[in-house]
Amino acid sequence: MSNLYLPDVTKKDITKEPTRKGFGRGLLAAGKLDEQVVAVCADLTGSTQISLFAEAFPERFIEIGVAEQNLVTTGSGLAAMGKIPFVSSYAAFSPGRNWEQIRTTICLNDRPVKIIGSHAGLLTGADGATHQMLEDLALMRALPNMVVLAPGDSLEAEKMTLAMAKDKRPNYMRLGREATPIITTDKTPFEIGKAYVHAEGRDVTIIATGVMTYHALMAAEKLFKEGVDAEVVHVPTIKPLDSVTILRSVEKTKAVITVEEHQINGGLGSAIAELLGEYMPTPMKRLGIKDMFGQSGTPDELFEHYGITAKHITFATMELMHQLKKR
Amino acid sequence: MKKYTIEELEKIAYDIRLDIIKMLEEAGSGHSAGPLGLADIFAALYFDVLKHNPKKTDWDQRDLLLVSNGHVNPVLYAAMAHAGYFDRKELMTLRKYKSRLQGHPERLKLPGLETTSGPLGSGLSQACGMALAMQMNKDFHRWVYVVMGDGEQDEGNVWEAAMLAAKYKLHNIIAITDRNNIQIDGTTEYVMPLGDLRAKWEAFGWHVIEIDGNNVEAFIDACAMGRAIVEKPVMIIAHTVPGKGVDFMEYDYHWHGIPVGLEDVAGAPPKNEQAKVALAELRTLRGKIRSEHE
Repeated sequence: MSNLYLPDVTKKDITKEPTRKGFGRGLLAAGKLDEQVVAVCADLTGSTQISLFAEAFPERFIEIGVAEQNLVTTGSGLAAMGKIPFVSSYAAFSPGRNWEQIRTTICLNDRPVKIIGSHAGLLTGADGATHQMLEDLALMRALPNMVVLAPGDSLEAEKMTLAMAKDKRPNYMRLGREATPIITTDKTPFEIGKAYVHAEGRDVTIIATGVMTYHALMAAEKLFKEGVDAEVVHVPTIKPLDSVTILRSVEKTKAVITVEEHQINGGLGSAIAELLGEYMPTPMKRLGIKDMFGQSGTPDELFEHYGITAKHITFATMELMHQLKKR
Repeated sequence: MKKYTIEELEKIAYDIRLDIIKMLEEAGSGHSAGPLGLADIFAALYFDVLKHNPKKTDWDQRDLLLVSNGHVNPVLYAAMAHAGYFDRKELMTLRKYKSRLQGHPERLKLPGLETTSGPLGSGLSQACGMALAMQMNKDFHRWVYVVMGDGEQDEGNVWEAAMLAAKYKLHNIIAITDRNNIQIDGTTEYVMPLGDLRAKWEAFGWHVIEIDGNNVEAFIDACAMGRAIVEKPVMIIAHTVPGKGVDFMEYDYHWHGIPVGLEDVAGAPPKNEQAKVALAELRTLRGKIRSEHE
């Protein structure tokens, strides 16, 4: 933890930025480093932040129109020729609409296409259930060869994008629309396939992915005041899962909470339950969307409604501690 | 590369047909009509049209062939074997456990395949990606050929790709529609009418060439013409006879998705006799196929 160069996330005026902004910067940087990097977009250049790349490298930018099946299959063809295509749309449409094309032409074909699903999760807010993609991690996690990523903040999204450009596998990265707290620094390391312990503790392991790690850290603060020493593990790579880091933590705490802005079926919670069920059966609770669709509202209203705020994480953890007679 | 005469290419197409029937009988499942109808086109592709090297499948100046309607792979595998990609004996492993000749083409299993296909409608957009990459690389001496079914064009993905290719003037794409008028549930016009396919592709901004797809010479000429078009992508609508060469299969949609010798089909010999009759017919029909073009 001491070598992660993490900032104090508890301060009131914490800096916020959407993860998609970090992606935009990362893609521009990746484009400068490697001329094989190309970008393909489905009529959402500005909102997916591909615009920075498109302005710098117009000859390496392809506008595909509102056609998500074509988006990923064209990406597959570009990758076949040695290009490193970043194909982007909203997560509800890609990988929401074009799953079979991703399966056949990218995963079974083993072509290193970089799929960017922006506007994922409840952070999409006012757009409502149609656009709040809550199943993307499950869809992508089911596919052989696919690497599944969810950055914790915009800085991590930037580093993740650079790492994706170098990775030889098909990758999926989910991004959010709304500005979210920056929980790392420029110096914080990132590697695909690694989980990071953002707060050390002895009593319980709170495992979070994407922007939920911030809320897990805030819950850990509250829990500390209640006498519960929580460890927070940030899992930006959902597949392949860093089982070593997770099992090491759980072996110590023997209690687990998972938190995600996604269905609890098929996403991070499932991945952790599968790992622990097989190697280290451990009492756990999964926080996330419980087999329901979203609705219009502000992200704060929706996080409250679906029970994934720091307050809810704290409550669920206290309940688990009580059940385990740890308190 | 050796230059083959039209007569030699027709003989190769005939040999490919023989192998298709033997493969399907041995496999016990698979598609009959499309592969037989496409034998002339695949003979022409592998022995005249394509710039390729069976001994160096990663040659960076090769033309690319995508078979978007992957279910016709018996004709693809047979043509590849005849062209020297692998031994013809291996054709008898089609669809079997641990075979490189998977039930639908899988790129990672068999060198020489440019993609994995079967689920319909995605070949043309992969071709768009390849053609775009060639344009970015200023690689102007190669072409991407895509074989598509006509029933496949029910898929929306096809028309998304059609618009993209026209937008970026991907004249390095030559697509071939196997217009055999059948699909699994019946004729294309019964299942989902394609109507005036030529007008559709032209309206989407493509240069369309319409030919008899069982005429090797016409196909080779159409490809040559296609390569000379520089402002638009090219669609060759190749009218083929499904089941071509086997009298009891020709024009009959029932043979779309079944192999010879598996089912009793009205008007066909008993299933245990089908392969034998089909092979015998091919031998006598060879003259007929040729004379139709003369």
